[in-house]
Amino acid sequence: MHEAAEVAPVDLHAAKIRVFKLQDMIFHKVTLLFALVVLAGLAGILVSLAVEAMPTLRTFGLSFLWRNVWSVPDDEYGALIAIYGTLVSSFIALLIAVPVSFGIALFLTETCPAWLKRPLGTAIELLAGVPSIIYGIWGLFIFAPLFAEHVQPHLQKVLGDVPVIGAWFAGPPIGIGILTAGIVLSLMVIPFVASVMRDVFETVPPVLKESVYGVGCTTWEVVWNIVLPYTRVGVIGGIMLGLGRALGETMAVTFVIGNANRITGSLFSPGNSIASVLANEFGEADPGLHIASLFALGLVLFVITFIVLAASRWLIARGTARQGR
Amino acid sequence: MQLYTRRVLINRLGIGLSMVAMAFGLMALMWILWTLFSKGFAALSWEFFSQDTPAPGSEGGGLRNAIVGSMMIIGVTTLVSTPIGILAGIYLAEFGRTSKFAAVTRFVTDIMLSAPSIVIGLFVYALMVATLGGFSGWAGSVALSLIAIPVVVRTTENMLRLVPATLREAAFAVGAPHWKVSISITLRAVKAGVVTGVLLAIARVTGETAPLLFTALNNQFFSTDMSQPMGNLPVVIYQFAMSPYDNWISLAWGGALLIALLVLAINIGARILFRQKDKL
Repeated sequence: MHEAAEVAPVDLHAAKIRVFKLQDMIFHKVTLLFALVVLAGLAGILVSLAVEAMPTLRTFGLSFLWRNVWSVPDDEYGALIAIYGTLVSSFIALLIAVPVSFGIALFLTETCPAWLKRPLGTAIELLAGVPSIIYGIWGLFIFAPLFAEHVQPHLQKVLGDVPVIGAWFAGPPIGIGILTAGIVLSLMVIPFVASVMRDVFETVPPVLKESVYGVGCTTWEVVWNIVLPYTRVGVIGGIMLGLGRALGETMAVTFVIGNANRITGSLFSPGNSIASVLANEFGEADPGLHIASLFALGLVLFVITFIVLAASRWLIARGTARQGR
Repeated sequence: MQLYTRRVLINRLGIGLSMVAMAFGLMALMWILWTLFSKGFAALSWEFFSQDTPAPGSEGGGLRNAIVGSMMIIGVTTLVSTPIGILAGIYLAEFGRTSKFAAVTRFVTDIMLSAPSIVIGLFVYALMVATLGGFSGWAGSVALSLIAIPVVVRTTENMLRLVPATLREAAFAVGAPHWKVSISITLRAVKAGVVTGVLLAIARVTGETAPLLFTALNNQFFSTDMSQPMGNLPVVIYQFAMSPYDNWISLAWGGALLIALLVLAINIGARILFRQKDKL
């Protein structure tokens, strides 16, 4: 009796522990499986785009990247027009978004009264949550007409005769075009860049800033000579994150870029970005070389944004890691 | 003294410009929201919710089919991406931790967070639409899930990492198995944070248009069959805004307002939920 009572609980425990171990093993593997789903998603995207783009890559080879032609009737395709539109509109977007975001981050971290910090920061973050299609229709119906009527003629008058730069502002001021796409994109990108900049600015140790204020420096000098150099890597990471967003943005661009498959050299004229070509043509693409070329464009876009985003992640991680030093 | 004046002037200029930048950002938000409200509210009516999208050239009409379609697609997306995202997040926080595999997964998730959504549409087209014979609501949900999962994974992991190690150790010390610690102790401790992540993921996919263009496509008629092309708000807004018909454009504004209100409400709700958790 006495022995049995002692043995039974021990056996029970051993069995229970075995069950627990089995359950743990299963739980571990199940969660691992779902983590793999994320990796499989990325691999799947790369592989499927490459496979579907094969006919184009076989026909044109690498020259697809710099062929300046996109003609469905002639079945001739090249990526240059779309790459040009993507890069130029994103560059314009950054040209506007970087200084504005820097200003916003400076204001929020240095001069903003404490009670305003939270609501203003939240407002900027909410701006990041507005779906891109809303920027798109706002750009098409509200911004583009105003821009064509009140801004473009003046830009043309003032800058049109300046050598080199003048050509950028040539052509009829119709409101939609690469410049408008860049401006609407900049509004989309500002919240992302500003949030990252604010976050990295806040990693500067207060002691460092206080000691500089202590020797009599102005706020601007503190930000320009201490905060910015200290957070350089993180700030560049934030800008790259904005660039990654701008490069792949579809709806905000498709509405206002004009969707014309040519390169004119003027920022006023309609163009096309990779994403806008895809949005416009993929739905009605003919099977064969056309659809394969669209997949090839998608692959180009994915590879470019992957590199930009990877660089941005690495830089932001390095930028915030300095905090610990 | 001259140097001093110059420094003061530069400082005033810099601070002044930063305030201009802040005002610029806020004005953009106000301008967009104001347009959206004034144009959108004009389109809202009983018919807006009770009638289906009109045929080209016909008067009136509403967005009933698109609203229902969007809700179904997003509902399925939420059901699919929540468990996958949470379990993958648990793996990264509880098992993977500092391993190479976890680091790679984390990196890939971060990239997928900002990856161009139209490319995800292309992928799902190649994966499901081209092979299974046609556009469908299911394909739309899969595309949106690929966008939502990274959001859930990252917030879940970040939340779980905030749980103090002592809490886990206490649970282990009384003999709880790892899975029970993960689900009943740590996950429960950060419930509000995880729900926030799911809400943010829903807000993120609600306005996504590009991935639906080549997956769910659109359907002019009312349909609850997920295996058929399905009407959904973003694609209807896109097509109607680009159309020459005034009543279509008006409906597009109404749809845009509906989406924006929903997204803003979810975002604000998620913030409030998360802040309450902070206070506890």
